[in-house]
Amino acid sequence: MSDALPEEIAAPHLPSASTTRSEFLKPHRIVLALIGVGLIVAAAMTLRWDWLPKYGDLILAGLWMTVLLLVVTSILGFLIAVPVGLAQVTGPRIFAWPAATFCTIIRGTPLLLQIWLLYYGLGSLFPFIPEIRQSFLWPYLRQAWPYGVLALTLSYAGYEGEVMRGAFAGVPKGEIEAARAFGMGRFTLLRRIWLPRAFQRVLPTLVGETVLQLKSTPLVATITISELYAVFARVRQDTYIVYEPLLLLALMYLVLTAILVYLFRLLENRLTPKSR
Amino acid sequence: MATAAGLATRSAADTAPLVPVEVKNLHKRFGDLHVLKGISLTANKGDVVALIGGSGSGKSTFLRCINMLEHPTSGSIAIDGEEIRLRKDSSGDLAPVDRRQVRRIRTRLAMVFQSFNLWQHLTLIQNVTEVPVHVLKVPREEARERAEALLHRVGLYEKRDAYPAFLSGGQQQRAAIARALAIQPDVLLFDEPTSALDPELVGEVLAVIRDLAEDGRTMILVTHEMKFAREVASHVVFLHSGQIEEQGPPEAIFGSPNSERLQRFIQSIH
Repeated sequence: MSDALPEEIAAPHLPSASTTRSEFLKPHRIVLALIGVGLIVAAAMTLRWDWLPKYGDLILAGLWMTVLLLVVTSILGFLIAVPVGLAQVTGPRIFAWPAATFCTIIRGTPLLLQIWLLYYGLGSLFPFIPEIRQSFLWPYLRQAWPYGVLALTLSYAGYEGEVMRGAFAGVPKGEIEAARAFGMGRFTLLRRIWLPRAFQRVLPTLVGETVLQLKSTPLVATITISELYAVFARVRQDTYIVYEPLLLLALMYLVLTAILVYLFRLLENRLTPKSR
Repeated sequence: MATAAGLATRSAADTAPLVPVEVKNLHKRFGDLHVLKGISLTANKGDVVALIGGSGSGKSTFLRCINMLEHPTSGSIAIDGEEIRLRKDSSGDLAPVDRRQVRRIRTRLAMVFQSFNLWQHLTLIQNVTEVPVHVLKVPREEARERAEALLHRVGLYEKRDAYPAFLSGGQQQRAAIARALAIQPDVLLFDEPTSALDPELVGEVLAVIRDLAEDGRTMILVTHEMKFAREVASHVVFLHSGQIEEQGPPEAIFGSPNSERLQRFIQSIH
């Protein structure tokens, strides 16, 4: 079973958060930090930032939208990914085959194309269906964000469904068998043993996938959703200033990624067995 | 609900002593391979039955059929006098009619596996309380107290908050035995419990099993440890290519084996 990594690889010992100050302040770190500070000061002194106060509120709104998109679509996507992965591992063919097809289609086509197909395809079809026009959903469906959320959710579900398939299949058969031998029902087995074990194995992969998801969010700017990238595109259009907004944008994605990685590391530290 | 039904069955048959395990004429085929060819075996209360035989003789498959981890092709299995209701499925094997009945019966049979199969994401104490709390619905506090006592008994109380991956094979197997005892089973099934252990760790696990045998627990034990089988078992069954070649008390089996195959098997082991 190639999925069954030795425990040492599957659950590497993570550096503990409690490094002391003297350990942290090494010469190379001090030099790098000074260079970093120098760059920021240089950027602040020599580049144009006078546009910033005017667009501050918009940027915050865009940041909020990006974070919301990321969190909502990752969580919804993961909830779909679990049954998609499970169906491929144990499901009867009528579930396994559609799940595999779903993953192949999502992973085999560009996300941009999926977003446009949903927004310009479904979005332009719905107004001609009276049942939908008159339903309570219409006030939502005439906006752009439901299509963006749907596309990003399906995308995450497609990639994660495949990852979860591997994770479910990689849980040692003996542990599943032990649960059955002790009289566990299917649902209890999934909830107590199979899913937590699979999730534990999949966490390191999940960090990377979620970072990729963050960096996929600018694509929904193309269907008029005002997330972070869309705001900066507008700054550029309004002011004809190109580099400064892009630099700030890059920095903001970098910080978001760092926060994301940090949060996942906390989770990983909690869930990874440690010797005591 | 499941427990209530179990209690009803037990009290109804209170007058006659219940037979913990009664297997009749069990056959198992894997495709063209006829692994078990009509095996019958009865374990009465307090019996320690040792199943011995060469590799491929079907002893592990037989043990796994008792708790339906493997579906037999034909034959019948009764636990505590309650027969498992079976019917032919599309693969030609017998599948349980009622999953709930099998789940309920499985909670009376506890299995100890060759490769321990502890749940790696849970600590030892969590491994031991898992089934009592989440299957048998024992109150958490009570399950925890019982688990601590059991880990104490197998000498792992100090390790109760450790994860299995950080323990030796012998310690993991002793924890697996504590997990099995936690459901207060009527029968313990051991599937080659020492075969995956380093030689120097075999002794500590056998000591725990011996301790349980002396308690008068009903056990069925697949083993390659002949000396241990001779000392602990009350009944020894020698399997050869899916059939019972010879059975009897350990003195007879090891002292004066009748069949040529058993004689050769015992010689090859020593």
